[in-house]
Amino acid sequence: MEPLLCVDRLKIQFQNAQRESQTVVNELSFEISAGETLAVVGESGSGKSVTALSLTRLLPPSPQCQIKGKIHFQQQNLLDLSSRALRKIRGKHIAYVFQEPSTSLNPVFTVGFQIAETIKQHFPREREVKKRVITALGDVGIPNPEQRYQSYPHQLSGGMQQRVMIAMALVCQPDLLIADEPTTALDVTIQKQIIDLLKSVQTQYGTAIMLITHNFGIVKNFAHHVQVMYRGRIVESGETESLLQNPQHPYTQALIECIPKLGKQQKRLTTIDHHLINQGKGGFP
Amino acid sequence: MTKSLLTEIFRRPLGAFSFLLLGLLYGSALLAPFIAPQTYQQQRLKSPYHPPTKIFYDQGSWRVQKYQRTDLATATYSPVPQSSAPLCFFAPGPRYSLLGGILQWDRHLIQSTDPEVPLYLLGSDSTGRDVFSRLLYGSRVSLTLGIIGLSITMIMGFLIGGLSGYYGGFYDNLSMRLVEFLIAIPGLYLLLALRSSLSSYFNSQEMMFLIVAVLAFVGWPATARILRGMTLSLRNCSFVLAAESMGQSTGKILTKHILPNLLSYLLVTATLSIPGYILGEAALSFLGLGIQEPYASWGLMLSQAQGMKVFKLNFWWLLTPGLLIFLTVLSFNLLGDVLTDIVNPKEKSRT
Repeated sequence: MEPLLCVDRLKIQFQNAQRESQTVVNELSFEISAGETLAVVGESGSGKSVTALSLTRLLPPSPQCQIKGKIHFQQQNLLDLSSRALRKIRGKHIAYVFQEPSTSLNPVFTVGFQIAETIKQHFPREREVKKRVITALGDVGIPNPEQRYQSYPHQLSGGMQQRVMIAMALVCQPDLLIADEPTTALDVTIQKQIIDLLKSVQTQYGTAIMLITHNFGIVKNFAHHVQVMYRGRIVESGETESLLQNPQHPYTQALIECIPKLGKQQKRLTTIDHHLINQGKGGFP
Repeated sequence: MTKSLLTEIFRRPLGAFSFLLLGLLYGSALLAPFIAPQTYQQQRLKSPYHPPTKIFYDQGSWRVQKYQRTDLATATYSPVPQSSAPLCFFAPGPRYSLLGGILQWDRHLIQSTDPEVPLYLLGSDSTGRDVFSRLLYGSRVSLTLGIIGLSITMIMGFLIGGLSGYYGGFYDNLSMRLVEFLIAIPGLYLLLALRSSLSSYFNSQEMMFLIVAVLAFVGWPATARILRGMTLSLRNCSFVLAAESMGQSTGKILTKHILPNLLSYLLVTATLSIPGYILGEAALSFLGLGIQEPYASWGLMLSQAQGMKVFKLNFWWLLTPGLLIFLTVLSFNLLGDVLTDIVNPKEKSRT
């Protein structure tokens, strides 16, 4: 079966104030099939979020940021599309959930209005927008969706806000949901609820999910495939079970070592020698 | 939101005071031809510098006292005993149109029945025109000018500042350097230079729009710069990224996500900067570059009050336009302070 999204040798470069290019993501290739969850793990600054944003070209325009390579999604290369054509894909076929729900919602509008906006954007002839929004709010487990339609973001808790974001992302039933650390800002019980919600959404609609996270617990519970990123490259990828049980790459091993374990007092976290990692990969500072 | 904003304003004494006062001023400007006993250009050369007339209640009706001039040179008047004319309310007079010509009417709120006994509620000026009526007609110029100028400023400021904050890069650099250049020139001199470089052969209405244009041209750079900064910080909020990731276009993001977040700031700046326009018009008219005779504006009327004769002989009623400018500016500033308090309660107001 043809994969839903196929990224081929993606390279992302940013220009700094001195007009020097800095490569943030290099030679990145991966694919996601429909109904599958791909977890992307790695330390801060390893290029996870930039990769996610580059998929629908949400990064600043060239020359500040240059994207090379191929991103195939439903038989078209997203990097070749005009911004108008791309807007039809954003939200309708590829939707995002961001890390910080409290800033991802516009504080001056009700949540219902904001979700409705997405529907109106992609289905301008839809008549029962409000009904669809309320159904979407109910689907993500928000109690009293009719009343919550009128709520402003600040009247909701963090977990509820993230549910609203997920409802907004799912309201057009996208093929691919990109969740960029969706649970980082939430406490542990809410984290579990959100992950369970994403799981049930996946079984219900067959949505492919690209999950960016630091949390190996979530990876283990949820993802089918894992890829580990370090300094803009994929250092290791594979099936979740085998990768977590038997990590091959020293960086993956160190990363798994760093997970705090109950009953074991660790004074220092495991570190790695980055010369070792880049050995033989050439041309990358 | 509008309703709760009004309730919040009325919960504060200063807010209620300034709001009502402004309502009164704008209301009377709107109904000027109805309220004014005379028109702004009706002269009575026999009674220049007439003092405010006395009104009293006698024989079942309100009456206006008749005066006669006792000294030509110093324009001294004294009341003529036992001589007065009854006032009449809602009596027909010259026809006029209200609300931009929609309504045609000939009734006037208050008039003297005898043309020989004129009603001067606030005295008359050097050619015997009624100061009160001229104040009402002049308020139309002075008050609307502020609002029109302000809206032009805000629209330009949002277009230029908002776009440069949103797009950044070359366009941002270009527009911000232009803004800095315009800010570097002292406002009043730019105003004077612009005004005097343009022709003075305009009728009253053209002149008013010219002044508005000049005031807006001087006013927009500061607004644009602040709005640019605010847009820049909002642009980095993730809800803008989220809107983008939902497939919304730039125009929609600017008007639907960024503009509403700027509204509370715009509301406060608007109320605080209207006085600048009113004072700017007054300054231009005072220097003879604004509204021309026989039309009335507060600044123009004030400039006529600066003659030697006025100073020496204490025709205080000619200074009433100054009082009205003061009251309007004060109310706008108080209202602005109250609004800051409402939309931004953490930042304690300066008073």
